[in-house]
Amino acid sequence: MTERAPQPTTAAANPPVQPLTSNLLPSDVVRISATANVPAPERQLEKVAKLIDVSKCIGCKACQSACIEWNDTHPDMEENVGVYENPHDLTPEMFTLMRFDEYVNPEGDLEWLIRKDGCMHCEDPGCLKACPAPGAIVQYSNGIVDFVSSNCIGCGYCVSGCPFDVPRIHKTAQVSKKCTLCSDRVAVGQGPACAKACPTQAITFGTKESQIALANERIEDLKSRGYDNAGLYDPQGVGGTHVMYVLHHADKPGLYSGLPEDPRISPVVEGWKGATKTIGLAAMGLAAAGAVLHGLFSKGNQVSAEEEHEAEELVVKTAATPPENREGL
Amino acid sequence: MTNSWTDIKNTDLVVIMGGNAAEAHPCGFKWVTEAKHHRGAKLIVVDPRFNRSASVSDYYAPIRPGSDIAFLMGVIRWCIENDKVQWDYVRNYTNVGYLVREDFGWQDGMFTGYDEEKRSYDQTSWEYELGEDGYVINDETLEHPRCVWQLLKKHVDVYTPEFVENLCGTPKDRFLKICEMIGETSSPTKTMTSMYALGWTQHSKGSQNIRGMAMLQLLLGNIGVPGGGMNALRGHSNIQGLTDVGLMSNLIPGYLAMPRETEPDFATYMSTRGNKPLRPNQMSYWQNYGKFMVSFMKALWGDKATAENGWGYDWLPKLDIAQYDAMRMFNMMKNGEVNIYFCQGFNPILSFPNRGKMTEAFSKLKLLVVMDPLATETAAFWENHGIYNDVDSASIQTEVLELPTTCFAEDEGATVNSGRWLQWHWAGATPPGEAKTDVWIMSQIYHRIKALYEAEGGKAPEPIMNLSWDYADPEEPTAAELAMELNGRALTTLYDATDPTKVVLEAGKQVSGFGQLRDDGSTMGACWIYAGCFTEDGNMMARRDNSDPSGMGVFQQWSFAWPANRRVLYNRASCDPDGKPWDPSRVLIEWNGEKWVGPDIPDIAVTAKPREVGPFIMNPEGTSRFFSRKLMRDGPFPTHMEPFESPVANPLNPEMRGNPVARVFPDDLATMATSDEFPLVATSYRLTEHFHYWTKHNYVNAVNQPEFFVEISEELAAEKGIKKGGRVRVWSKRGQVWAKAVVTKRIRPLICDGKTVHVVGIPIHWGFKGAARKGFGPNTLGPFVGDANIETPEFKAFLVNIEPASEGLA
Repeated sequence: MTERAPQPTTAAANPPVQPLTSNLLPSDVVRISATANVPAPERQLEKVAKLIDVSKCIGCKACQSACIEWNDTHPDMEENVGVYENPHDLTPEMFTLMRFDEYVNPEGDLEWLIRKDGCMHCEDPGCLKACPAPGAIVQYSNGIVDFVSSNCIGCGYCVSGCPFDVPRIHKTAQVSKKCTLCSDRVAVGQGPACAKACPTQAITFGTKESQIALANERIEDLKSRGYDNAGLYDPQGVGGTHVMYVLHHADKPGLYSGLPEDPRISPVVEGWKGATKTIGLAAMGLAAAGAVLHGLFSKGNQVSAEEEHEAEELVVKTAATPPENREGL
Repeated sequence: MTNSWTDIKNTDLVVIMGGNAAEAHPCGFKWVTEAKHHRGAKLIVVDPRFNRSASVSDYYAPIRPGSDIAFLMGVIRWCIENDKVQWDYVRNYTNVGYLVREDFGWQDGMFTGYDEEKRSYDQTSWEYELGEDGYVINDETLEHPRCVWQLLKKHVDVYTPEFVENLCGTPKDRFLKICEMIGETSSPTKTMTSMYALGWTQHSKGSQNIRGMAMLQLLLGNIGVPGGGMNALRGHSNIQGLTDVGLMSNLIPGYLAMPRETEPDFATYMSTRGNKPLRPNQMSYWQNYGKFMVSFMKALWGDKATAENGWGYDWLPKLDIAQYDAMRMFNMMKNGEVNIYFCQGFNPILSFPNRGKMTEAFSKLKLLVVMDPLATETAAFWENHGIYNDVDSASIQTEVLELPTTCFAEDEGATVNSGRWLQWHWAGATPPGEAKTDVWIMSQIYHRIKALYEAEGGKAPEPIMNLSWDYADPEEPTAAELAMELNGRALTTLYDATDPTKVVLEAGKQVSGFGQLRDDGSTMGACWIYAGCFTEDGNMMARRDNSDPSGMGVFQQWSFAWPANRRVLYNRASCDPDGKPWDPSRVLIEWNGEKWVGPDIPDIAVTAKPREVGPFIMNPEGTSRFFSRKLMRDGPFPTHMEPFESPVANPLNPEMRGNPVARVFPDDLATMATSDEFPLVATSYRLTEHFHYWTKHNYVNAVNQPEFFVEISEELAAEKGIKKGGRVRVWSKRGQVWAKAVVTKRIRPLICDGKTVHVVGIPIHWGFKGAARKGFGPNTLGPFVGDANIETPEFKAFLVNIEPASEGLA
């Protein structure tokens, strides 16, 4: 009667239990906000992507739960306002959100289109280009666009720069927040928490190449079921994205809670890009670029008055939506 | 489940009706996604609401709550009319050819033998005609007017597509499209799986809903085959284990029957459980009943159970009525007939109907003991929480004791999933505070009661005093010790029946399967169907080898599936009568000329020759049943019955209310409404953001779905002046709730019998305890009546009314 059950063997898909060193290093950064002349990285990481197959998504919000738990955020307990979206929008404490749309198709049949919203991790990131704070937004050579809160000044220009309306400004912490594509997990060989939690494998993660191949397989299946316009959402206007969708109606992305048809960085922000370079040069000098890189994750919230003024000139006056209206909390 | 979760990937067509797998079983639903992605399977959803399962379906049709039998009989009728029948299967593996007694009949929606006074049928005529040899007479031509096939054809004849449309509100074109899709799976190489849950069980005729689909699956040859089956999706993670080990008032472990008063001794009890074969050569496996029963009693009382005292049969409780189900218990409680109530892992104040009655019942208890990891509404039924629990605390004298228990993640043991897999788990966290395992608490109670008997004596001491309690630490038996007891072991050395010199199993060793259990007191085993779960080779439930060499989702080395580690029940039926798989690309077992071999454990004796022994070995016929004889109280065929509260009359018999044999307590009839007063049909359901009444205690789940709401159509909202997100009052003849309104295109008005029928959807997850906002549940509103066979409450179809409510009242 003393026999005890044997311990389980860890399945291959489970995370390693031993500490691992990060595989996302400062030297893998290829772009830094408000910083010019980022040294070319010594290695090129393989491009990654998260694929969200809306045709497999059941809207269960396991991704939301996993996101809250992994990132240790604390979204507000809201009310029911007659919809399934809870919280009701992305917030600085809720980096991903299931959005639900009821669509009656031309045949008269109802479709309940459910889309996981969040940062798209653009190859050409508008947020990074708009950001006036050196080192607040970085892009790694694998494509992940990450916010470095310790460098963020909470100005909200990234919100204007984002064609997908994703970043949210935390009112009290004065920093901008969004999905990191779980860069901390990816750094140790894991997929994002949402992909790990997704029960139907509607969310998958891997090299961008592998995810495009999977998407093509899915699109073929959807076409065989009568979705003639099924396709991949990997908008080229922003250089492609590292979060992609399989859509049944790729010809009408707007059906999915207003997914932009042809997202592009606002021309204003594109202009700001040139200025960033100038200011960056002026502020730090060429030689400082390397130092920025090394001190990327330890820098405080510093920005010169000049930089801030320039930024306001270029972004706030002409941006379609003032940053304060995009604040989540 | 007849099959397993992992087997769903083998299917060609998934039908979700009477459930909402994507919503309520999201993790298991991955196998539907898998079948769709890699097999090209199609998904059909039939539900009153366009739900989350429907959102990823290939085809959807609406249906009025409580009209599923008509829909299913309609599909059967269509399949027969269009010859979508797997004939080789039906002729060989079902009872279609058997003759039924001449006096059996069906008319006006009723079967022969109805006694209105007793609300019961005299079932004498619901039986086969037996020949002089004692076997049922079989007409292979299927032409005899009283053979099951002809009776079935006659029985379903009324359910035309027009009848279905008129009754169910399902548009005829949608119904016919679904018939066509389902009919395709009558091919021997196409299968359909049925996934259902409370959407079928929570009706006053719930068992017959399930029978309806089981019959359709037989007609199509989809039972026992890979990717087929009747797959009940169990709600709690271990509710399958609950039924397996007999936590029902009328069952003991392994689906054996609790003795009745009319069975005063063991011989009498056994006399009706011989189950002699009804066809030549059939196994009729229940002939082994005595072995399982004696081994169970030996597990309870060890050496004290002897042949002389009927293995302790006298010490088992004897039922004076059919069952003391939960609703009967609460009704007795309300009548002041219950003093002490132990509520273990159960929150009836939110989960049983007519909450007002429930509160009244609990208020009459002297003592309520609640064992739960969470602070439940039941434990706090006496607290006033404004409109959310409007009680007069001072007038309630019930003493409540709360014993905090561990939750599943804090203790060790097996959890049985819907697919009958006993999966061992290990404690993942240390229990908080004073929380103790249920086993520790029950052990303490046992020791104290025993001490009281020793000190003071008392009535019927034997069941307690003689109880076998052979554990290393009597204060807290381990999960492994209990599991070994469920498996069973030899008490004396077992010898081969044909060769007494050959040792089968030495004394003290764990049995390897239920085939080793005996009825002479030489073995013990607390739950015969679990035999094999913890053998001399160790804990089979803890196995975690996820290899699947056949690719059939069998996973023979992962955990243990009852019975006998078999993953697909009736898998003999996956082969043709000669033992060749119907579909050579999907093989579970096959006959190799000498024996049955294959990736799964054959559900037949391995050397049983094809064409000799039928695949349904538990039935004395060896075949499966379209005509179910006397096994169900409400008929040998499913016949349409309206819910007790219905917007339309039963077209088969306008005088009939609900299920004519469902039990209704005298006081409850007066609380049931008609559609003049309450015109709207309410139906209850789960949301994927929450798990029953647990996760409202968890902040993250509460954020994802924070507040109680009801769902209505845009049309009903317009009619009543209700706005999206506005506050509404919903009331039935039994109670009222306040909720937010979700106005949606996903619920559409149905046209039934010329009337517009509106549906109000009411999710279940809110109460007055926990992290989420305070709210209500549908149990405040539902009627106190259950299924005629197993008493599952009728939560899926009842009548309510709705109106806009002022915002201030909260």
